[in-house]
Amino acid sequence: MEGSFAVAEAAKLADADVIAAYPITPQTHIVERLAELVANGELDAEYIPVESEHSAMSACIGASAVGARTFTATAGQGLELMHEVLYIASSLRLPVIMAVANRALSAPLSVWGDHSDVMAVRDCGWVQIFAENGQQAFDLTLCAFRIGEHPQVLFPVMVHLDGFHLSHVVEPMSLLEKSQVEKFLPPYTHPFALDPDKPVTMGAFAGPSLYMEAKKAQDAALRSAKEVILQAWQEFGKISGRYYRAVEHYRSEDARVLLLTMGSFSETAMVAVDELREQGEKIGLIRLRLWRPFPFEEICQAVGDAEVLVVLDRCLSFGAHNGPVCSEVRAALYPQEKKPKVVGFIGGLGGRDISVKEFQQMVTRGLERAEKEIKEEVEIIGVRE
Amino acid sequence: MEIGCVVTSPGNATQYRTGDWRSQRPIWNYDRCIKCGICYIFCPEGCVNLNPEGDFAADLYYCKGCGICARECWTQAITMVEEE
Amino acid sequence: MERFAIYVPRLLPQKEYFAPGHRACLGCGEALAVRLVCKALGRQVIVTNATGCIEIISSPLPYTSWRVPWIHSLFENTAATASGIEAGLKILTKKGKRAAKKVKVVAMAGDGGTSDIGLQALSGAWERGHDFLYLCFDNEAYMNTGIQRSSATPFGAFTTTSPAGKLSIGQTTWKKNMPAIAVAHDIPYVATACPSYPFDLIDKVNKAAAVTGPAYLHILSPCPTGWRYTPDLTIRLGRLAVETGIFPLYEVENGKYKLNFDFPRLRPVGDYLSLQGRFRHLPQEVIDQIQARVNAEYQKLKKKAA
Repeated sequence: MEGSFAVAEAAKLADADVIAAYPITPQTHIVERLAELVANGELDAEYIPVESEHSAMSACIGASAVGARTFTATAGQGLELMHEVLYIASSLRLPVIMAVANRALSAPLSVWGDHSDVMAVRDCGWVQIFAENGQQAFDLTLCAFRIGEHPQVLFPVMVHLDGFHLSHVVEPMSLLEKSQVEKFLPPYTHPFALDPDKPVTMGAFAGPSLYMEAKKAQDAALRSAKEVILQAWQEFGKISGRYYRAVEHYRSEDARVLLLTMGSFSETAMVAVDELREQGEKIGLIRLRLWRPFPFEEICQAVGDAEVLVVLDRCLSFGAHNGPVCSEVRAALYPQEKKPKVVGFIGGLGGRDISVKEFQQMVTRGLERAEKEIKEEVEIIGVRE
Repeated sequence: MEIGCVVTSPGNATQYRTGDWRSQRPIWNYDRCIKCGICYIFCPEGCVNLNPEGDFAADLYYCKGCGICARECWTQAITMVEEE
Repeated sequence: MERFAIYVPRLLPQKEYFAPGHRACLGCGEALAVRLVCKALGRQVIVTNATGCIEIISSPLPYTSWRVPWIHSLFENTAATASGIEAGLKILTKKGKRAAKKVKVVAMAGDGGTSDIGLQALSGAWERGHDFLYLCFDNEAYMNTGIQRSSATPFGAFTTTSPAGKLSIGQTTWKKNMPAIAVAHDIPYVATACPSYPFDLIDKVNKAAAVTGPAYLHILSPCPTGWRYTPDLTIRLGRLAVETGIFPLYEVENGKYKLNFDFPRLRPVGDYLSLQGRFRHLPQEVIDQIQARVNAEYQKLKKKAA
């Protein structure tokens, strides 16, 4: 089935209570399928067809605050419109689960996939996880409920799937049985759910004497959520046979040059690595799955003894030193004694594809840039002059 | 602080002494007071109540001295007097 | 305390659900309105509040004046948050995940958070027909941030973003008619109220809360700081607003208008305007303009209520 439908199935199996969503290409199939499921009684949920993404996230906050399992989906401009509300969800510790069909940001308008929408919400405090194919979109969405609602986490979770490449491509899938999901997902309870029997005040304002402490506590909580995430993926692996990790390795153990990708390009990169390996090159691939909280240790471990790390960013950060992923990976590796030379590429913007050949070109060119220590930090692959 | 900065003691604002704000305070003349309760109804703080003697009075811990009770009193039983 | 019971205050619920110790200005009409509204609503509510005067004065960490469950998220999404709360309660009750106890969802916002930045979310929530009570506390400007104009600021009023000057008389547009917008959405109950008429306000809150579906209450909240008058005049100004026809008290039940207080002769608007510093700069022509408009609007309202 299609990636979008798989995500909807995951929400259905999780028995979501409230879905408040606004349609936007390329996420429309998710919300349409969810509406269908509710209309047919296959999913017993309140479907709120809100009038904007800002209201979608606001309604999700309200629902989660009273103890309802909440799900929504968006993409590109929609993610930006709900920007300020995202911070509220994470700061009020409300585990809203959201699938994002990553889409390029206007202007010019582009409905096709890239990661610029994700990178614009890097700091919003949500747990952020990347899927590379439709199966993962399903699996990771299910895990997201388990992670976000966990009493030691209580953070909202975003599952990222590349727009069109994942949302609309059909592939064979293995779904879980309802009984398996019921074992995996305990019911959701918020410790301070709004209830007249236990009145609480949520969203009070903080003066300068309190704000920093609140944010520090929030950051510490998000970082320590990594443990629960890894554990949840282990549990999921036991049930489904599919294990997920914060950083996935592909033929990277003895690699001299490593590629690093995030999202659906990982699959193309894997083919490129296979071909290059056949030619005798010692190439490997690291696939970043957990984006927030950033897996510092896992990245440092994954690069091993590689000499060069070629990072692909699917987002152009205007006027910045390098792409966001490259910058963050560089920063993670900086304190290490031994680290590879990190070279950044930007590609795949606005839905443009990157071929296996282009990945191989990236490796060659990456080696060149690393050896020659070329001044120009960023290179955009696959673009006309 | 609880997670999400949630405040779990409802109404704990009562710990805050807004009475420090005032520069005048209401004084009741109980000979004129007809105990209609209008002062109780119109106080924005909700600090006018019956005291143990059964007379209306402002709780000076909260009273900000706005003067609404004195202005609205039907029998002009309340006067605003400067704080020392 | 038995004597308390036989006088007029017995008509009011005794418990204060909006605790003193809040940071409202002296004589704040909005704080009084919220206090009375909370008395009427009682315990079985969940309140969602927009950013604004009431939100700020009632929830400075680590204190809260709220004795009922309360959530503040943002400025413009009160109705959307309320929609989510309402849907959440509905489905949780249906699925047996919570006790089937009737809890009213109440949304509170200022004039800015209602007729300006919050209008979209409110319109959406009304169109979807959520069962919630929306209260607009109208102090006629963005008071919390320092008295900037909103679409609810009356014609000729001084605000910091519509100041009176050599080239300007202050606000140059007429007050946006929010109750009319509410009525246009075909919701079951719309009403205007004012804390100067406390029993009318409480009756309307009770009536609105009893509605299944959206209900809207537009509550005039005189503001000493922003309207520039001495704090003790709050109640008097609210009364004058009604008696001059500037803020008529009426209800619209399922599209049917009813004027709650009609006066054989309206007081001249000058009686109301002259008490407020924000109108001090108005020349007589503008006051006449305002009077003409008030007369016309009042007649229109009377026709609808006939």
